[in-house]
Amino acid sequence: MRAFADLYQTLDRTTSSRLKVAAMVEYFGRIKEDDAAWAVYFLAGGKIKRLLPIAHLRAYAQRQTGLPVWLFEECYQTVGDLAETIALLLPPPQTERDTDLNQWVTEGLLPLQSLSDEQRSSSLDELLDGWDTNTRFICLKLITGGFRVGVSRLLVTRALAQLTDLPTTQMAQRMMGYFSGRDHPTGDRYRALIANGDTDYQAIEPGQPYPFFLAQPLARDDSQLQDILSATKSWQMEWKWDGIRAQLVCRHGDIWLWSRGEELVSEQFPELCEAAKSLADGTVLDGEILVWHPDQNVPASFADLQKRLGRKRLSDAIKRDYPVVFMVYDLLEDKGTDCRSQTLTERRLALEMLISSHGVPTVFKLSPVVDVQDGEQALAHHAQAREQRAEGLMIKAQSSQYGVGRTRQAGLWFKWKLDPMSIDAVLIYAQRGHGRRASLYTDYTFAVWDDSASPGEPSLVPVAKAYSGLTDKEIKQIDAILRQSTVESFGPVRRVEPTLVFEIGFEGILPSSRHKSGVALRFPRMLRWRIDKPVEQADTLATLKALL
Amino acid sequence: MELVVRRPEGLYCPPGDFYIDPWRAVPRAVITHAHADHARSGHAHYLVSAQSENVLRARFGNLPMQTLTYGETVTLNGVCISLHPAGHVLGSAQVRLAYGGQVWVVSGDYKLAADPTCTAFEPVVCDTFITESTFGLPIYRWPESHEVMQSINQWWANNASQGRSSLLYAYAFGKGQRLLAGLEHSIGPIITHGSFDALNAAYRQSGVALPETQRVTDVSEIDKKRALILAPPSAASSPWMKRFGEVSHAMVSGWMQIRGARRRRAVDRGFVLSDHADWPGLLTAIQATGAERIIVTHGNTAALIRWLKESGRIAQSFETEYGEIEE
Repeated sequence: MRAFADLYQTLDRTTSSRLKVAAMVEYFGRIKEDDAAWAVYFLAGGKIKRLLPIAHLRAYAQRQTGLPVWLFEECYQTVGDLAETIALLLPPPQTERDTDLNQWVTEGLLPLQSLSDEQRSSSLDELLDGWDTNTRFICLKLITGGFRVGVSRLLVTRALAQLTDLPTTQMAQRMMGYFSGRDHPTGDRYRALIANGDTDYQAIEPGQPYPFFLAQPLARDDSQLQDILSATKSWQMEWKWDGIRAQLVCRHGDIWLWSRGEELVSEQFPELCEAAKSLADGTVLDGEILVWHPDQNVPASFADLQKRLGRKRLSDAIKRDYPVVFMVYDLLEDKGTDCRSQTLTERRLALEMLISSHGVPTVFKLSPVVDVQDGEQALAHHAQAREQRAEGLMIKAQSSQYGVGRTRQAGLWFKWKLDPMSIDAVLIYAQRGHGRRASLYTDYTFAVWDDSASPGEPSLVPVAKAYSGLTDKEIKQIDAILRQSTVESFGPVRRVEPTLVFEIGFEGILPSSRHKSGVALRFPRMLRWRIDKPVEQADTLATLKALL
Repeated sequence: MELVVRRPEGLYCPPGDFYIDPWRAVPRAVITHAHADHARSGHAHYLVSAQSENVLRARFGNLPMQTLTYGETVTLNGVCISLHPAGHVLGSAQVRLAYGGQVWVVSGDYKLAADPTCTAFEPVVCDTFITESTFGLPIYRWPESHEVMQSINQWWANNASQGRSSLLYAYAFGKGQRLLAGLEHSIGPIITHGSFDALNAAYRQSGVALPETQRVTDVSEIDKKRALILAPPSAASSPWMKRFGEVSHAMVSGWMQIRGARRRRAVDRGFVLSDHADWPGLLTAIQATGAERIIVTHGNTAALIRWLKESGRIAQSFETEYGEIEE
């Protein structure tokens, strides 16, 4: 456990990917396989869900520290992280201990799920006793399910590839297997993960998806975009659909539907799995799940798609009101053969034949290639993306293979998103941030002017919350201003004098009955601080509603 | 009778007609210590601790100073004044005021932790205690100073063995000398930023033993690779920093207790070492004075006041202009 906490410290202290990989290789090289099994799992983002209600942990910590609720809260607001707050507040350990990660997890952490409230308290004592503050912090992060460290699954994959001398792509495949299914990590599974030579995960688990190939973002002023626009023939353009990216795997007479988060979503979209039974065995398709009413020319909004997610049971009414399609982008496996190393042109041809062949249900739509003869046409199409309910254009090299993750070696894919819609809004409330931004006021609520309640006397109505888009330097400046201009505080929230105007960008706007303003913005974030703009000149709710 | 009140110029003693650590120029000032938010130039007369004299001169030049050794008394308009060690930095003092059967203590900044560069904090029994609250939350609980110094030395030795300079950001007055006194100078040369020179000289002149330090221009390129460099946080990203090759950066401050603060600093390491009292330190110090009434001047004032009130004491705040320097 302590070795794992030390590794966390090392990873947390550096921003260099090279040093992080080196630290992981060193760690995996020296610890027991049972422990490594869990370390891989947690480092690459694996979680154990719902071990205990967070309120229970809070109550436990308050009891242990003997602090009044208000003081505990004040500490939490300053630290910005519950696990860290508790680690800093718990009384120093009475004894020293050294339990292995595997033992700590399997004998202490996992059983938490099935304990009664009274049993849990003594179990928490046992989980947290005897550790120094740093190790306790890691323990608490694992207990709250909030364990995150500055490594991606890709970095862990690279470390394991380096450790085993295997190609990263092969390790990526193995990692997918390691993370699929419901089995907990074990020393055996870890040994299979790092074994020499081929361990055929597909043979063990036929539903394995391929790692998704991801596109590089492209901005309007990128020189790369200019290059593409002057040579459109080498590129295939498609709409960038706004749904759930997914991979449909048909093998061994069974169907699996995976989301990009490598989560199995088959149960949420039973119609798609049913329809997929008419596809040939040994077919893997990459595409986008969209809600699309048969009588419409464009898909429904993402909000409609969300109504299908997060449900335990799908009612017939939901299935009827929000019918889905699978917009197919790519063919990854054809008649049992992995075709990812073919060129996009070759794969597209095979895909078109497959989708148009007899008996393929209409819920499988072929993502249309946008007809682009020259750069000017590309720009024109891009400008019309919103009318297609698309987020922009995808631009894929005709020669590209289907690569792994956001890499460039196998060929180039770009996503050229629409410029966000934007408004100028006034900062009215501020709250302290979390993590790196703990104790700084970084989470803001923005408002626009509205005089519909009393004409001629506009007041500010909140329309969006945003916390990203500013530089550290700006955050510091704004934090100082906010502290000076606080009008009142309620709980962690400060109401400030309306003096600061920001340009807020967002991806979409929807009517909302839950918000006072009557609208909800999608992905709002700060584009820039309008130091030049007086508060009176911020936008009005009427302008915002005109975008609906 | 109120022995200390807040005036626009600073904390004021009405019967004695003098100020303590005023932020505007006044005829008579008693100074707790030489940090810039407590000691300012421009007063007509300064009453200071004998041990802070050299440091004050190093920072402000010639001031009209009268000095008192710790425990020595002087009477001003009937108010009996004495200074007592605060353990914050060299020469730091708590100001004890006795008048009309009452005793008040203005403690300035203080800490209870061990520090070889200054006299240890001494509790002074009083009726009213005026305290800071820079780290007035229970999340601030300092590790032992010698353990922190040990990990700093380890970090330095590890960097030196890999041919990397170790850059330590610390406040130039107080923290800097405390670090110097605890560094294991056999590991390599110690380079200090120019802003430390005058203060180091003042400390040495006052009899505090500090290891040998060098200027960056006096150290060869080879030696720089195993050197420890001490610089104020303000020197970060200044041209002075360009003189070093591969460097590991670390910050020494009580704020480093919080992970968010460490990450915001974007340093490789954050060492938790403070010249202020931590939460248990504040409570211990307050308890030891036996004071019934506590006045909190700066830092996390609201939390400390509420805590004290809930434990049955009279507590209030004075709004001051202290606490604006880096810790």
